[in-house]
Amino acid sequence: MPLADLLRSFPATFLTAFSLLLLSVTAETRAEKLSFNRDIRPILSEHCYACHGPDAETRYGELRLDDREDAVRDRDGYHVIDAGNADDSELIARVSSDDPDIVMPPADHAEALSPDQIATLKRWINEGASYEVHWSFAPLQDVSTPEVEGVENPIDAFIAARLQNEDYEFSPEADPRVLVRRLSFDLTGLPPSLEDVQTFVDNPSEEAYRALLQKYLSSPHYGERMAIYWLDLVRYADTLGFHGDQERSVSPYRDYVIRAFNENKPFDEFTIEQLAGDLLAEPTLESRVASTYNRLNRASGEGGVQPKEYLAKYAADRVRTLGTVWLGTTVGCAECHDHKFDPYTIKDFYSFAAFFADIKEQGIVSGARYIEQLPVPTPEQDRKKQDLTTRIAAAEKNYQAVSPELQASFDEWRGQTKDAQPQWTPLVPEQATSAGGATLTIGNEGEVLASGKSPDKDTYRVVLPLNQNSAQPVRAIQIEVLPDPSLPNNGPGRAGNGNLVLQTVKASVAGKPVTWTKATATHAQDGFPADNLLKGNRGWALLPETGRRQALTLIPQQPIDPQSDELVLELVQNHGSSHCLGKFRVLATTDDLTDGLAFPEVSIVELLANQSEEKSAQLLEYYRKHTPLLTKERNELAQLKRELEALEKSILTTLAVTATEPREMRVLPRGNWMDDSGEVVTPSVPEFLPAIESRGDRADRLDLARWLVAAENPLVARTFVNRVWMLFFGQGLSRSVDDLGAQGEMPSHPELLDWLSVEFVRSGWDVKQLVEMIVSSQTYRQSSAVSPELRQQDPYNRLYARQSRWRLDAEMVRDNALSVSDLLVDSVAGPSVKPYQPAGYWAQLNFPKRDYQHSSGANQYRRGLYTHWQRTFLHPSLLAFDAPPREECTARRERSNTPLQALVLLNDPTYVEAARALSENILQHGGETFESRLDWAWERVLARKPTELETSTLQTQLEKTRRYYEQHPEEAAQVVKVGLSPVSKELPATEVASWMTVTRTLLNLHETISRY
Amino acid sequence: MTPQEMAQLAALRQNRRSFLRQSGAGIGGLALLSMLNGEQTADAAASLTNGVIKTLHHPPRVKRMVHLCMAGGPSHLETLDDKPVLREKHGQPMPESMTKGQQIAQLQGKELKCFAPQFEFQKYGESGQSISSLFSNIGSVADDICILRSLHTDQINHDPAHTLFNTGSGNSGRPSMGAWLLYGLGQETENLPGYVVLTSVGKGGQAQPIAARQWHSGFLPSRFQGVQFHSTGAPVLYLNRPDGVPLKHQENLVETINTLNGEFNSLVDDPEISTRIQQYEMAFRMQTSVPELMDFSGETKETFDRYGTPGGDGTYASNCLLARRLLEKGVRFVQVYHRAWDHHGGIKRSMEITANEVDKPTAALIQDLKDRGLFEDTLIVWSGEFGRTPMAQGSGRDHHIKGFSMFLAGGGIKPGFSWGNTDELGYNAVENPVHVRDFHATMLHQFGIDHKKLTYRFQGLDFRLTGVEEAHVVKEILA
Repeated sequence: MPLADLLRSFPATFLTAFSLLLLSVTAETRAEKLSFNRDIRPILSEHCYACHGPDAETRYGELRLDDREDAVRDRDGYHVIDAGNADDSELIARVSSDDPDIVMPPADHAEALSPDQIATLKRWINEGASYEVHWSFAPLQDVSTPEVEGVENPIDAFIAARLQNEDYEFSPEADPRVLVRRLSFDLTGLPPSLEDVQTFVDNPSEEAYRALLQKYLSSPHYGERMAIYWLDLVRYADTLGFHGDQERSVSPYRDYVIRAFNENKPFDEFTIEQLAGDLLAEPTLESRVASTYNRLNRASGEGGVQPKEYLAKYAADRVRTLGTVWLGTTVGCAECHDHKFDPYTIKDFYSFAAFFADIKEQGIVSGARYIEQLPVPTPEQDRKKQDLTTRIAAAEKNYQAVSPELQASFDEWRGQTKDAQPQWTPLVPEQATSAGGATLTIGNEGEVLASGKSPDKDTYRVVLPLNQNSAQPVRAIQIEVLPDPSLPNNGPGRAGNGNLVLQTVKASVAGKPVTWTKATATHAQDGFPADNLLKGNRGWALLPETGRRQALTLIPQQPIDPQSDELVLELVQNHGSSHCLGKFRVLATTDDLTDGLAFPEVSIVELLANQSEEKSAQLLEYYRKHTPLLTKERNELAQLKRELEALEKSILTTLAVTATEPREMRVLPRGNWMDDSGEVVTPSVPEFLPAIESRGDRADRLDLARWLVAAENPLVARTFVNRVWMLFFGQGLSRSVDDLGAQGEMPSHPELLDWLSVEFVRSGWDVKQLVEMIVSSQTYRQSSAVSPELRQQDPYNRLYARQSRWRLDAEMVRDNALSVSDLLVDSVAGPSVKPYQPAGYWAQLNFPKRDYQHSSGANQYRRGLYTHWQRTFLHPSLLAFDAPPREECTARRERSNTPLQALVLLNDPTYVEAARALSENILQHGGETFESRLDWAWERVLARKPTELETSTLQTQLEKTRRYYEQHPEEAAQVVKVGLSPVSKELPATEVASWMTVTRTLLNLHETISRY
Repeated sequence: MTPQEMAQLAALRQNRRSFLRQSGAGIGGLALLSMLNGEQTADAAASLTNGVIKTLHHPPRVKRMVHLCMAGGPSHLETLDDKPVLREKHGQPMPESMTKGQQIAQLQGKELKCFAPQFEFQKYGESGQSISSLFSNIGSVADDICILRSLHTDQINHDPAHTLFNTGSGNSGRPSMGAWLLYGLGQETENLPGYVVLTSVGKGGQAQPIAARQWHSGFLPSRFQGVQFHSTGAPVLYLNRPDGVPLKHQENLVETINTLNGEFNSLVDDPEISTRIQQYEMAFRMQTSVPELMDFSGETKETFDRYGTPGGDGTYASNCLLARRLLEKGVRFVQVYHRAWDHHGGIKRSMEITANEVDKPTAALIQDLKDRGLFEDTLIVWSGEFGRTPMAQGSGRDHHIKGFSMFLAGGGIKPGFSWGNTDELGYNAVENPVHVRDFHATMLHQFGIDHKKLTYRFQGLDFRLTGVEEAHVVKEILA
């Protein structure tokens, strides 16, 4: 069939035929017997299975074409498929009919079959209509390596055998400069060093290549590179993903993944630890961190979430992810109905979900802090913690020791009667004003009443004359808030419910600010303690104790000198919705309230008044807290406790997985969480796959994980190997890396995929060995250059007569720029970091509202994979280069090419700063001439020499820019100022700025962000 | 065949046609393949301005669309759906027959009582459309709009409900309707994105959070995603050139990059590079076209008065005006989010505030589009992700998915018309119910697209905006 005709027909048909044509062999022209998997299933799956396939719900005419027994059975005298006899097969009659009432598939269901496809079906029936188990569900079996002369590497043998069959040959090995850059990016995600390039270019031998390979494989950056992909699969992110998209801490899991790849943890162990690290006989901290995998699903903290609905969402999410990550098939389709193309039933879906029913969780996550956390100390932190705990025990002992001296002093104190009430004197304001426009009226007793306009937010300024006759300094002030009938709900606040929120009390005496060291209150609302006033955060509030007097006491660091003129208070009330003070009064005291022995707390005063033996211990405890006799011991203990607290705060946590009594799991008909009519299911695996062995009555996650990595499981090794292949060739051997099922694509080299999978399992799931095998092949090392003929014949590189080429992953685009400019801080692991981000990008977030604070210091220059992953608003420069938000499992990223990418590379401060740093490096290390400098830069960034055109164009640009900046030095100074990294003091700004025109060009080149 | 290749080959077909036209001669089929990008991406061969649909499925009524997205879920009972009986039953228990076993958000386990509509309704225009008196400006264009009072949806919480309204599914990872439109029809602008998103917050309650997912392209290539325009800072992320770099230098820089990319391409013959060059040109054009667009100085005082904004202040009103400017320039799909409608408490006051923010500019946009002759081929949609309960939640209303309202206007939509009804309490859509996916089918229909035919192969399935359930074009509302 001429191509022009194909082009005119409908896309799907056209494409199917087209792709076969590209491989130059169609089913029709094949000499050997047709293969059901290769030639027939794609046709039946695409055109027939939706109504005559595995899904019983939507099956028509009691016919299954996915099941040979049903397809060939006698139907009262006729056969849908009469094996060996196409002419008597109803299938052929129906698909070739012209009658719209008879033809299959019906016009409104699927596309008609092409004549080629019909001919293929006929031939297949005539050949006996044999079925095969779908290739990826068939057990893995030993495959022998084809014998190809002169080819030793098994991968190359498989590829070469096919190339020979189809009359092609390998492309020559890539230029050493290209090859070293490719290998470096592919194995570490970073560009090669100047030295690596030089060494390899000088001696591009087999040994040198192997040495480089080993160097990169053992680099700590190898684990980072592999993690980038794994984290997409498991949808790793730092936030919940629904609605408020609040933060949660899971970075120890990310670091576990990096470590696992670096230490070459066998993939079976890696699988088991993630799915069931908490269920191992002896779980380690490492395996428990790994099990955070089970908590990486999106979760919601939205008020009004129906817990049952969201538990169902989380369960479904876990099954989809399990299906994609390990089984490489779209199990997720069976959430609402039996799978239409693969033999997964809806019951299988919920039976998979039942494995995860033991995870302790809530449907609604009211703020990420309520999720159970697992502290993950580093060994250093662990050691420090033990040390501190020991020292605290010793200090506690010292503090608790009873000496005769202490006893005597205590007895004396308890014998005295105390007038515990400090003397408070009202301060009558000279002036009280509202910034928000409320009317503040000052009463005779110093009370201030707000009326009139009731602004959302307000700040009151109150000027209080001090008693200059007093010899004693003011040691504390009190702000009384008072009820008043004129206020909403009787006050004391102006909010509708009488509440108020006081954020900050700024005070100054004679223009000097007063710092508060202590704040206490008669009552404080949950979450709004008086302490907040020292921190300047949410503030102090009253609910539910409104409508009555409350008092806030503030103690200054330094007593306030009464000789000062006046005390000025600014009461900041920023909460909004009129949560402002309605009526209040300020009082002062000269008593030292910090002296707990002179002014005991109210409860202690009561105890002192009614002393009894059983309360004696309580009084002694109080006395210890305040007596000067124990100052040293007390301080020591407090200091140690503070250190422990700080240490504990600094220990990273991750979401813990705790197994509990499994929830009941039912089949949800049509995926409807409100429908309780479905049958109750227990954990089990689909019947068409090998059986699971369970250790107890009920199979659990650990059994599931072991089932996945059992040698009999046909899917797991194929799925993983196919994806590892993709990392090094840009596409899988089956390009549908997320679907190896019936609707997925048959691998271009099925025997190679199986051979690699068998080897992988046999090696003990050795990932590094697999990677090494791939990158040491001739297939991998070929040039990616492509002749027009080859591109024409094999546009998708299904034959591997060349390497592929692609734009780098989002993270690597960043890493490359930072690396070549020597800004990269290449430390491994740690909490997520925040690169520069345009202001206001998070404006759409709420509950709570968030301001983005970019990281400072070293954390600004970390690799892209450590970027804080905000699911609903992923960092925009990563997003622009197709990093996925990781709300769902992503097995394959897009590689788009958009104007937004151009804007990022041109204007994102990260890249402008990298250009500046690179300019400085050029000027410092690139010699003295323009040519030597350009050579240096090109070697550093592209591992090659500049071309003549590059040299002449950039020289012109540089001179033009230099002329401009020499006349406009202030603009040059502005350009170089970009970013947090220090600007060189030795280099003239005009020169650095001028060279930035060269380095910005360089960092924007397509070649720079691509791997060839 | 992967989705990328489908898009690529579809684009190839288009290229082939234009190539044939340009060359004036036929060309051997296989030779065409040399124009294909043999690598992993679709972008190289796919043209920026053409979608996959080469012949529309039927004559279109509109070319572009503006979605006034009332984020948070406006109460239908205070906007477009008058319920006198609910007023009478204020304070009485809701009939249990209605609410039993139904999805409930924040009122879970609470007593369910009728809550009277907080505002009177009036008849507006010759058509006598019934609209809350709070929205008198929208009332003034009552004869231009078509009100649907029988919407229903499946998701009762904001995030998934929004996602469903935009993508047809409560799950994430699906393309939004704007992305579908660009994928199907391509874009007509050369200096501006084909899909632009604007957002504003209001003063009537808490700002509804929204995710970038709402305008994401999901599994479609990312060039189809919406581009957010910001009212502060650079209007488009990273649009502003670095401090101290004059415009002319930036232009030279882009030219140099393209020259060197071009030279490299002549060595390695990589179609991705040709695309890269085009994208740098587009990016540079945006550095001037976007600021021009954001410069409101050419607008008249009358226009400012009509919308109630001086322009550029980040309000909903300003965004409506900006939406008109974008539509005028040929932007295919503009989405204007106003994140202010989640009125769980104090609905009376919040409604007054929010209506005050939205009523006038919405009407102004409709009138302005009419005055400029754009109304006839623009689809205007005003809707939230769901409605609100007839039951009280204190002094407000909870989320409600069984019945709510929206309105449409513009090309091919019956003006001064209404369709569908809820029951007497405003709970269930009982007369001519319209599911969100029916709205999607109708919207695509107006663009000349059969919703069943605009599909994309992903994970072995042909996905479409309307999903797997039956969806119907609401033919009755079409003029």
